[in-house]
Amino acid sequence: MTLSPAARFALRAVMALGLAVIYVPLLVVLVNSVNADRAFGWPPSGFTGRWWSQALDNEGAREAVLTSVKAGLGATALALVLGTMAAFAVARYRFFGREAVSLVVVLPIALPGIVTGIALSNAFQVVLKPLGIGLGLFTVIVGHATFCVVTIYNNVLARLRRTGTSLEEASADLGADTFQTFRYVTFPNLRSALVAGALLSFALSFDEIIVTTFTAGPGAETLPIWIFSNLFRPNQAPVVNVLAAALIVLSVVPIWIAQRLSAGARTVA
Amino acid sequence: MFSPMPASAVRIRDLRKTFGAVEAVAGVDLDIADGEFFSMLGPSGSGKTTVLRMIAGFERPTAGTIELGGRDVTGLAPFDRDVNTVFQDYALFPHLDVLRNVEYGLKVRRVPRAKRRERALEALRSVRLDGMGARRPAELSGGQRQRVALARALVNEPKVLLLDEPLGALDLKLREEMQVELKAIQRRAGITFVFVTHDQEEALTLSDRVAVLDRGRIEQVGTPAEVYERPATAFVAGFVGTSNRIGGVCVRPEKIDVDTEPGAAPADADQHGAEPRGTGSGDRHAMGTVAEVVYAGAATRFVVDLESGERVVALQQNLRTSSMDVMRHRGARVRISWHSAHEFHVPDARS
Repeated sequence: MTLSPAARFALRAVMALGLAVIYVPLLVVLVNSVNADRAFGWPPSGFTGRWWSQALDNEGAREAVLTSVKAGLGATALALVLGTMAAFAVARYRFFGREAVSLVVVLPIALPGIVTGIALSNAFQVVLKPLGIGLGLFTVIVGHATFCVVTIYNNVLARLRRTGTSLEEASADLGADTFQTFRYVTFPNLRSALVAGALLSFALSFDEIIVTTFTAGPGAETLPIWIFSNLFRPNQAPVVNVLAAALIVLSVVPIWIAQRLSAGARTVA
Repeated sequence: MFSPMPASAVRIRDLRKTFGAVEAVAGVDLDIADGEFFSMLGPSGSGKTTVLRMIAGFERPTAGTIELGGRDVTGLAPFDRDVNTVFQDYALFPHLDVLRNVEYGLKVRRVPRAKRRERALEALRSVRLDGMGARRPAELSGGQRQRVALARALVNEPKVLLLDEPLGALDLKLREEMQVELKAIQRRAGITFVFVTHDQEEALTLSDRVAVLDRGRIEQVGTPAEVYERPATAFVAGFVGTSNRIGGVCVRPEKIDVDTEPGAAPADADQHGAEPRGTGSGDRHAMGTVAEVVYAGAATRFVVDLESGERVVALQQNLRTSSMDVMRHRGARVRISWHSAHEFHVPDARS
C-alpha cells in the first residue's frame, strides 16, 4: 500500500497521540512515586526513595500485597489444572456438547466482572455459608479462577491444535506407554504454553478489583482493593503512588515474558 | 490343506475400517513374509495408509484380525507391538536433539544409558549421520530428518518396519538416492519393510512384492513384474503405468514400435538411422496418424490415432533420434507394431 507523505505523517501522529494517552499517565505515576515534593508538584523538585520505604513499612500495604500474591498463585494453580484438562478434552476427544463446552469455558472472560461478582457472591452465600465457609481468600481465589481458566485453556488449546497428535503417536509407536508419552513428549511441548498462560493468569488476578470486591471478605484485602480504599486519604497518597507503580511493573513484566514465550515457541515449533 | 506354514511377519484377515459412513478399508487379506520388502501402492483414499495405521495400532479395525509373527495383536496398543513406523512428516520430537530422538525408544524401554547411547550412535552411523547427534530436528535438511526418522525406528530392531510415504516430501534427486539407501538398509538389517506409496515407479523399484489397492480393496498382489506385465484388473493396468487398449487386448506404450509408413518417406540409409523406431519386427500391426509428439529427453511419447478410432500412446527411446527428428512426425501416417507375447488381457469392467 502506498501512502502520501501527508497521510503517513498524519497516521504516525495519531498513533503517537494514542500511545501517549495510554502511557504518559502511567509514566507520571512512576515518576511521582519518587517525586520529592509531597504535593506532587510538576516538574519534580527532586527525587526521593522516601515514599518507597514508607510504603514498605506500611503494614496494611504489605498485607495487601501478600494477599494479592496468594490469590494470584492460588487462582493460577486452580486454572492450570482445570484449563489444561478442559483443553485436552476439547482438542483430543470428540464428545457430545464439545462446542458448547468450548464456548462456556471462554465466556467468563467476556462476562462483565460485576455480573460474575454478584453471581458468585450470591452463590457463596447460599452454598458455602451453611458449610461454615465465609467470604475470604478462598472465595477470591475461586472468583479469579473463573476467568484465569480462560487464559490457560486458550494457550494450551492453541498449542495442542498446532502440534497435533503425530508426536504422541510416534512416542507410542516407539514403545512409550501413555504416562511416558505425557511426561517425555506432551508436557515438554506444552511447557511454554503453560508458563505463558500462567503468567497472564497471574497478571489478570493481581490487578482484578470488581470480582474481588464481591467475593472478598473483610479478612482478604487485595492490593487493588487496598489502593482503592486509600485513594482519597491525602496522607496515604504517596504510598498509593508507590503501590500503583509496583502494580504496573508486576503486571507488565509477566505479560511481556508471556508474549516472548509464545513468540519463541512459534518460531521453534 | 494343513501343510505347516512358517508364520508370516504380518498376516491380515478380512480387515475392515469404517469412518462414519465411509468404508476406508473394505476387507483386506495379506500375508507378508519375513524379511520381505512389501509395498502397498494405491491412489490417495485407497485405504493403504489406514491399513498401515491399523498394523501400527493407531487405528482400531472395525472388523478382522492382524497377526505379527503369528501373534494376534488386533486389540493391542501401539506400544505393545513389535513394529516401528517411519512417518510421512517424520514426527521427530522438536524439543529433543537428534541423539535423544534416536535413543527415545530404548529409553522408554529402560535400556541402560550407556548401552542405549552406544546403539543410538551406531544407528546414526548406519544412516550416515555421525556427528549430527547434538543438532535439533529444526536444524536439519529434509533428507537428514528422513534419515533420523529411519534411525529412530531401526535402533529398536523391530520385526517389521512400517513406512508411510517416507520419501514423499523429498525432491526427485534426493528421493532416488534415498530409494537406493532404503533398499540397502533393508537388505542389511533383514527387517520386513511394509512400505506405503502412491508412486508406482517407487513401488516397482523397491519391492519384492506389491499390493495394489483401490477403494479399500486389494486389486492385485504380486511381484513388480507380475503387477506390471500381467495386471489382473483394468485398475491395476491403468495405475501401474499406462496401458493401451487395442482391439480386445492391452499393450504397454514401450512395447509398441512406431514406423513411418513404407513409401511415405524415402528410406535411404542415412535417414533410416534417424527414424524413431525399434526393430519393427512385431507380429501385430495397425495403421494410424500421429496426433501428438511429446519429447521428454531420454524418450519420446507418440500419441497415435488408429484407423479403428482408438488412441494409443507409444514410448520410444531416443537412442539415435533428436528432438528435431521426432517432431517432424506430428501428423504423419505411421504403422505401429508390437509382439503378441506382450499383449495382456484385463476384464473390461470391475465386478
